[in-house]
Amino acid sequence: MGMTMTQKILAAHSGNVTVTAGQLIMADLDLVLGNDITTPVAIKEFAKLGEQAVFDKDKITLVMDHFVPNKDIKAAEQCKMCREFSAEHDISHFYDVGQMGIEHALIPEKGLVTAGNCVIGADSHTCTYGALGAFSTGVGSTDMAFGMATGKAWFRVPPAIKFILTGKPRRYVSGKDVILHIIGEIGVDGALYSSMEFTGDGLKHLSMADRLCISNMAIEAGAKNGIFEVDDITREYLATHGAAAPREFRADPDAEYERTVTIDLSQLEPTVSFPHLPENAKTFGEFGDIKIDQVVIGSCTNGRLEDLQTAAEILRGRKCAKNVRVIIIPATQRTYLEAMEQGLLKTFIEAGAVVSTPTCGPCLGGYMGILAEGERAIATTNRNFVGRMGHPKSEVYLASPAVAAASAVTGRITSPWELEKEAVL
Amino acid sequence: MIYKGNVIKYGDNVDTDVIIPARYLNTSDHKELASHCMEDLDKTFVTRVKSGDIITAGANFGCGSSREHAPIAIKASGVSMVIAKSFARIFYRNAINIGLAIVECPEAAEEISEGDVIEADMDSGIIRDLTTGREYKTQPFPEFIQKIIENGGLMQSVSKGVIK
Ligand code: SF4
Repeated sequence: MGMTMTQKILAAHSGNVTVTAGQLIMADLDLVLGNDITTPVAIKEFAKLGEQAVFDKDKITLVMDHFVPNKDIKAAEQCKMCREFSAEHDISHFYDVGQMGIEHALIPEKGLVTAGNCVIGADSHTCTYGALGAFSTGVGSTDMAFGMATGKAWFRVPPAIKFILTGKPRRYVSGKDVILHIIGEIGVDGALYSSMEFTGDGLKHLSMADRLCISNMAIEAGAKNGIFEVDDITREYLATHGAAAPREFRADPDAEYERTVTIDLSQLEPTVSFPHLPENAKTFGEFGDIKIDQVVIGSCTNGRLEDLQTAAEILRGRKCAKNVRVIIIPATQRTYLEAMEQGLLKTFIEAGAVVSTPTCGPCLGGYMGILAEGERAIATTNRNFVGRMGHPKSEVYLASPAVAAASAVTGRITSPWELEKEAVL
Repeated sequence: MIYKGNVIKYGDNVDTDVIIPARYLNTSDHKELASHCMEDLDKTFVTRVKSGDIITAGANFGCGSSREHAPIAIKASGVSMVIAKSFARIFYRNAINIGLAIVECPEAAEEISEGDVIEADMDSGIIRDLTTGREYKTQPFPEFIQKIIENGGLMQSVSKGVIK
């Protein structure tokens, strides 16, 4: 029987000719990733091995992104621990304040992952690199420690769900709307333990930023990974970002899928996920006025240059609504710089938004935009669980940069199509 | 291995943000994490949990972030085992990797009530509700996973040479 794209990558990394769903394997890793929250726990686990060297100093990436610049003494201690570990083991890819960015935006940008790679990261959104045609999945700190020591990880080979994307999305419908729509359809455990594999002629209309956003949220459907078929868009992105030569894997024609879901991208609309689960996806017309107190545009889901360009397009010449705090966070230093050079930061500041250094910050309720009791935010992030951005009685609505920017202007959750109509009238 | 304890019961989609809110992730101290376990879902958890207690829950337990702080907080609070209809996959592997016993058994998770005393024999894969007298059968762990849990976690298994 044939293998899925994911199964082929796992077979190639575990010395097997074929693997089947459910099989337990030990796979060789091309990259092991950790951040300032998960790495300290991994370092403690790593220490249990005594005098242990890392398997390959060039294949470990540590990114200080969640609570940096340090939000408090404890966060500072955690970063210090990572810094010392990196120095001790001479880790090549250690990114601290000044070089860092949110890990899942930074790593593709630095070309650290290429198609066909097998990657783990002690961060659930490590599934992001599926956009590049890699097998990539989030794990915990112990897996990270084991990976740093041995260059391996254990996996149960996943079954897969195939998503055939067709058609061309309408204006202001982005990768975020695609994935929120999918999670709304299949639920937060709709792909539990499985791979999500994306294919179809609609792929050519999805930019790398769109794909990274879609793969990023595969975990929000419970998936192990979310992988895109490699095409010219992938090849070009990898080449222009200095990634290693891609190794392209394609699903066999007779690969077995648990189910196949076809989505016509041209039918999708701007989509919003209501509290407190990403599966509560709704389109405009299905809800009334929802006033907001805060807007967050950023995160590993939607803090890329393209996202900021979309937000700027909508905010240009407009003002943020009174009583709405608008926080915009470019995901990496490079994005920050490019946004500056393109005048996007000026647009944001003139509109009344604040622009921050790259950080996860408010996305996980860390700092830089915590919500008080009863407050509501619309955010381009990926999770709207209870208390995710602050008080357990606050609310987070998930949406694209276009919806978030339009909402910033009106002070209520707003479709970019509505603003466009007004502009024409 | 036999686990015996009182049941504390939760519903579907208990996420890692309520198991251990991110505001406490600036530490990896086990006791401190345990002192905030379940805080945003159930404030009474930390005061009533006793050593050996067993959590039962609905579908997709532990969904959300990869923070190992979540199973650590649960284990450090004294919980000996979690039985759920299903688990989020990263939580599942994290629990195994840190040596927290974790079992999928939809019928047991559904029928067993809060406060029941249950006994789970993981060699035979039998869960017994001593309060109601009902019995449930689950899949025993594959050998590889059993080894990790019995040795107290993945790294302990590596340092003991059980896993290479
Ligand atoms: S931006 Fe949010 S989801 Fe992404 S890595 Fe940071 S905390 Fe996690």
